[in-house]
Amino acid sequence: MFRMTTRRLALAMGLGLAMAGAATAQEKLKIGFIYVGPVGDFGWSYQHDVGRKAIEAAFPGRVETTFVESVPEADSDRAIEQLARTGHKLIFTTSFGYMEPTLRVAKKYPNVMFEHATGFKRDKNVATYSAKFHEGRYIIGRIAGKMTKSNTIGYVGAFPIPEVIAGINAFYLGAKSVNPDVKIKVAWAFDWFNPPKEGDAAKTLIDQGADVITQHTDSPAPLQQAAQRNVFAFGQASDMTKFAPNHILTSIIDDWAPYYVERTRAVLEGKWQSQDVFDGLAKGKVKMGPYVNMPPEVKKLAEETEEAIRSGKLDPFMCPIIAQDGKTVECKGGDRLSNEQVFGMNFYVQGIEGTIPK
Amino acid sequence: MEMLPLVLASITVAATPLLIAALGEHVVERAGVLNLGVEGMMIVGAACGFAAAVLTDSSVLGLLAGGFAGMLLALVFAGLAIGLATNQVATGLALTILGLGLAGLIGAPFVGQPRPPIPPIALPILSDIPIIGPAFFRADPIFYLSVMLVIAVAFVLNRTRAGLLLRAVGENHASAHALGVPVRRIRLYAILFGGLMAGLAGAYLSLIYTRFWSPGMTAGRGWIALALVVFAAGHVWRLMAGAYLFGGLTVAQLHAQAGAIGLPSQLLSALPYIMTILALLVLAVSGRRGSGAAGSLGQPFVPER
Repeated sequence: MFRMTTRRLALAMGLGLAMAGAATAQEKLKIGFIYVGPVGDFGWSYQHDVGRKAIEAAFPGRVETTFVESVPEADSDRAIEQLARTGHKLIFTTSFGYMEPTLRVAKKYPNVMFEHATGFKRDKNVATYSAKFHEGRYIIGRIAGKMTKSNTIGYVGAFPIPEVIAGINAFYLGAKSVNPDVKIKVAWAFDWFNPPKEGDAAKTLIDQGADVITQHTDSPAPLQQAAQRNVFAFGQASDMTKFAPNHILTSIIDDWAPYYVERTRAVLEGKWQSQDVFDGLAKGKVKMGPYVNMPPEVKKLAEETEEAIRSGKLDPFMCPIIAQDGKTVECKGGDRLSNEQVFGMNFYVQGIEGTIPK
Repeated sequence: MEMLPLVLASITVAATPLLIAALGEHVVERAGVLNLGVEGMMIVGAACGFAAAVLTDSSVLGLLAGGFAGMLLALVFAGLAIGLATNQVATGLALTILGLGLAGLIGAPFVGQPRPPIPPIALPILSDIPIIGPAFFRADPIFYLSVMLVIAVAFVLNRTRAGLLLRAVGENHASAHALGVPVRRIRLYAILFGGLMAGLAGAYLSLIYTRFWSPGMTAGRGWIALALVVFAAGHVWRLMAGAYLFGGLTVAQLHAQAGAIGLPSQLLSALPYIMTILALLVLAVSGRRGSGAAGSLGQPFVPER
């Protein structure tokens, strides 16, 4: 699906002014976005679109934004190149699987600046940015550890990539830190946005005895499923309270708006450079939704954990971290794992059963 | 084993849309028509059903609208395959592709909208039986409907004059025509019934199974339904057993992951198709005539005037 919000009229007027030689006539900066799901997923892509709208609001009359939604990762070259070819000077590609396509297109269009979310490969004109979602997952892990009665918690994963695996580990470590008997079950949907599959995976986890579940997929389907089966769950990427008001515990909210506005300003001022940004609660890129449907002491624990992580005292991956095979992971970040280690995480921590699918 | 009734209930929900869609296609194929457009009719049913449910705020109206939408698409197929005697395989495939696109268009404004669940109906006494009770007798209304439909279709096909005529048309349309049986009209009714069932199955997916609309959400279930009809080889009861078997496999696939069994999930999701091929193989080797398919299956019929 291709939805262009091109304002041809405005552009034509802009060009007309420029040709007339009006001194202040400035060509609008065209900014493009590629989303992996529909903007109506109320999760991941929805939050990126909130960021896009923040750019429009911050620079009225100076920018023009376009988005292409539901772009399959495997076939994203065309969509990205289409934006580059149509005069977009700054392009945000907002899913891990867009990494190689973004780099390929960036090589062909050296004057276009690219921002790739959650990737780890950069170029002169390709910057990367991500958020420490695992910080939020550690907090909800602690809540889950306190709230579970069956001592079984469930996790719906999208793809076995480092970002998701780090999330599973953080969730489990959080739960274990307050409940040593807790067990985690993982079900993979092999899709970012596929409500039926996500719901099936959630159902499976609940059937297997999980009474608190969370998800690293983009739709509210697992949350809805949890509500139907009367177990607790968490919102993903945006505040999903309305989908299960009585069964949601909190949401991990991604707030991309400040970053998007900052990067747009950098381009407008000619100061844009390739970089890598990886921050979380401390910088406000990860936020927590309201803590609800839980006893006051659990709420207090959650708030204290959030504060400790924000201040830097606590990290989901404080050393020593022991991997599933019993070996202690080398500690490269002082008293905690380094960003690179978290970003490239490809092992389960000790205590998680099962193997990571290939 | 407190897990067992929960798993069985999940299987019921996974099997019901397959059963309903396959039941429709079963009747169509008994009448000698091969409609490969099940997936397309199903997804249009899912989109229209969801849209209607959101607009009218009634899941029941949504289910009806889904069935009706499937029927409309089936009418297109009937117009081409029966009216103009086009190639049924090509027409059916075109219907699927058309349906997938059309559904995306219809559903676009409704992506991400929530729908409240349809409350399950617990049958008195029966729902208190251990294991079986919570698994089968606290289900959604469409599950009960699907069981009644199986009985009704089995009865009509095997025990009534209408069923006999329909099978006669499917077995040999030339002979049926010579006897004065209205071949094309019977086939039209069968195709419309198939569309109604496929549309209803689609609406079940978007209103009960996930309560969500997303493009491509049928995810190949229409094809599984077609495989089921082959698997059943002309027997309604085998169709029902097959639907539960195939539904069970889709559930098992996720349990295998969460329960950390060493089998790759891709293999498990391919199992329904592997089983269909095996069933065909068994039927062929056991020496019974063909695959139990109707004699005139897939052949266009042009009456001599």
